[in-house]
Amino acid sequence: MDVSTELEKMEESQPMEKTNVSRVKSPPESETHKPEPEKVKILVERLSVSYGGAQALKEVSLGIEPRSVTALIGPSGCGKSTFLRALNRMNDTIPGTRTEGKVMIDRVNIYDPDINVVALRRVVGMVFQKSNPFPKSVFDNVVYGPRLHGIRDRMKLEEIAEESLKRAALWNEVKDRLHKPALELSGGQQQRLCIARVLAVNPEILLMDEPASALDPISTAKIEELIQDLKKNYTIVIVTHNMQQAARVSDCTAFFYLGSLVEQGDTKKIFTVPDRKETEDYITGRFG
Amino acid sequence: MSGSLTITVPDLKIKESRWGEILLEALVRLFALAPLCALAFILVKIFQNGHKAISLEFLTQPPIEGMTQGGIFPCVFGTLVVTILMIAMALPLGVGSAIYLVEYAGEGFLFRIIRAAVNNLAGVPSIVFGLFGVGFFVLFVGRNIDHVLQTGLLFGQPCLLWAAATLSVLVLPVIIVSTEEALNAVPQSQRAASLALGATKWQTIRDVVLPQARGGILTGAILSISRGAGETAPILFTGCAYFLPRLPLVKLFGVFPMVNPFDQFMELSYHIFIMATQSTDAEKTLPIQYGTTLVLITLTFLLNLVAILLRVHFRQKLGQVSLQ
Amino acid sequence: MMWQAVSEVPKYSLIPLFCGSFLVAFPAILISAVLGIGCAIYLAEIASPRTREILKPTLELLGGIPSVVIGFMMLSLLATTVQHLFHTKFRLNAFVGSLGVSLAVLPLVITLAEDALRAVPRELRDASYALGASKWQTIWATVIPAAVSGISAAVILGFGRALGETMIVVLATGNAALVTGNIFSSVRTMTATIAAELGAVDQGSEHYYALFLVGAILFTLTFLLNLISEIVLNRMRHQLRM
Repeated sequence: MDVSTELEKMEESQPMEKTNVSRVKSPPESETHKPEPEKVKILVERLSVSYGGAQALKEVSLGIEPRSVTALIGPSGCGKSTFLRALNRMNDTIPGTRTEGKVMIDRVNIYDPDINVVALRRVVGMVFQKSNPFPKSVFDNVVYGPRLHGIRDRMKLEEIAEESLKRAALWNEVKDRLHKPALELSGGQQQRLCIARVLAVNPEILLMDEPASALDPISTAKIEELIQDLKKNYTIVIVTHNMQQAARVSDCTAFFYLGSLVEQGDTKKIFTVPDRKETEDYITGRFG
Repeated sequence: MSGSLTITVPDLKIKESRWGEILLEALVRLFALAPLCALAFILVKIFQNGHKAISLEFLTQPPIEGMTQGGIFPCVFGTLVVTILMIAMALPLGVGSAIYLVEYAGEGFLFRIIRAAVNNLAGVPSIVFGLFGVGFFVLFVGRNIDHVLQTGLLFGQPCLLWAAATLSVLVLPVIIVSTEEALNAVPQSQRAASLALGATKWQTIRDVVLPQARGGILTGAILSISRGAGETAPILFTGCAYFLPRLPLVKLFGVFPMVNPFDQFMELSYHIFIMATQSTDAEKTLPIQYGTTLVLITLTFLLNLVAILLRVHFRQKLGQVSLQ
Repeated sequence: MMWQAVSEVPKYSLIPLFCGSFLVAFPAILISAVLGIGCAIYLAEIASPRTREILKPTLELLGGIPSVVIGFMMLSLLATTVQHLFHTKFRLNAFVGSLGVSLAVLPLVITLAEDALRAVPRELRDASYALGASKWQTIWATVIPAAVSGISAAVILGFGRALGETMIVVLATGNAALVTGNIFSSVRTMTATIAAELGAVDQGSEHYYALFLVGAILFTLTFLLNLISEIVLNRMRHQLRM
């Protein structure tokens, strides 16, 4: 199914015109959607990342608004996961990584040498592609973060667990088996548990690396619903290789190719009248 | 959500002091230093106290004057001979068992029994092997062979043959495990390719799998030689002696010198043991004790080092094969 | 409760021998477990690949030292030092023996414990880091709990090895068959008894059978310990793979 058709189904206002392919190329780093600095939650300036000499990201600049969902799309190996991991400095855990440029969150550069990286990851939370619950009980998984950060009071922990599981739309399914092993849950439930686990540390930003790629369609739909709900309170950045999902779920989309940001903008625009030819080719499936 | 859990971006500039973690890390680094220090200490001390005793004479002459002078040649010879005999027995049996376990056996009951047996064999105390050697090889098998072949008391007494046999049972798990690893490291695709060309299973194993597993098997063999040379308990009562007037040789047809497997022998580790516990003049024999220890440890170290290097070498070679 | 095999009325009680074996093996495994697990944590979680490349072969070389050499070193070098430090009555005692045994068992414990730690999947560590845990918080709250079965198996097997050690105890513990709880007393282990007396025994005599009985008990003990560690290891595999 054509992506633009799907978009049109969701649109309330008039459908946009699809112009044809051979037009004037707009300049790189499309200025059409650069938000003003004050309204930006995450501002990335000329970020470059290399692993042991191999360049993964080249001078990427991007702005992300608060309480929105931004989708990162692009073919395999284009750098979108690397970009995501740069936002919570998880790349630091991979030996041989070099990062240059700035990532400003609320106008604080998180790559500043003063920054407490461990605390950063409480502000910027991450959900992984393959769900990775700890081999502990559901409860212990959810309160892992709060326990680490000093909360010992049993009642408080139970409160946090219940609230996080409710926000992750999992509470009803696990409320009677909180102390059973988390690994007994289904794949979709495990992934929602991982989301609850992240929510329990009260982040402001949620990073999701292909959160539904390993799941069946029903679980995927549940997670997409959840993302729409979560965006009311969190800034979400999601990597996906599923373009229909990007179109369904996000407000803004950024297209990566070979380590560079090719185009970024309003999701509707990207999927109907993209500025760049490469974007159009990718979206229409000319390469994948 | 809970108040103390909230953290905002400006808080990120506050550095927390993590005293406990710095301490823990330092402690753990210290622990890691311990084996290094122990090894260095042992090597240095042995060399320090033993190098004076080492000379060509030491290595080629037999001991005289109640172990206070002379050399340890019979020990070196005995060690060499017993380990060669041991590996001659253990290698075919071990490699064969490993081939069976990897290539032929399924997941059935017999397979799991053998698996469990190999694992347990590895944990048996060495002195129990010694008991087994005496009770089974020397007394049961040996005496019975004597009875059947009417050879008097030839097989039924402690000798090179049974000492080597006992050691070979000891090192069997080492050989089986390394061979298994080596066989498993050969990619399934190689076997598939051979079978697809019309080879039988055994031909595949003989011509395709085994040659590629050579490295691991060799490493296992060398490691077990090192093990066999250093073990004392299994050979205490199955063939070793403290002082023998001659080497365990016999002249075949009166002309060709050959190792006599029915003779007793002297051995390096056994020599160290007896000298340390029963020598009459400790002062005088101490340098020789250290010298013998130096020889033994040099031998085992070299063997272990060779095995480690071989393993690295073959791992790189196999890496090239798998990449293709 | 004595083991006096060579006397007018020979007495064959296993109790002094048990006492000796455990008095040597317990302190030995205690030392090896603490040092070994610490070293394994270093190797698995903290050391750089280059450091691992140096440290792992070193451990292999340490494990390749014949136990008779360790026993000899204890006897000739450390026993006197220990006696000076601790003012012990007996120069050769259970403590000296357990030091040597712990050195012999250390490589085994380190190798097995390190395998257990490395078997914990990377995803679990990533999940922990992504929740704002520091390196040591991750080790403490995620990695070690996940690897606890494997580490236990390592310690159990190390204990079995410590019980079965022969040459070090024969050379360094003094070989006096006493029933005592004093670690600085001379003791005689089961293994040392067999090693010391089998040579002087007549086949078929009571003494002969007694020694074989001791051997059988040793075998059974180590067999049981092996079995327990297998069960424990299976729990770990089951827990992580579920």
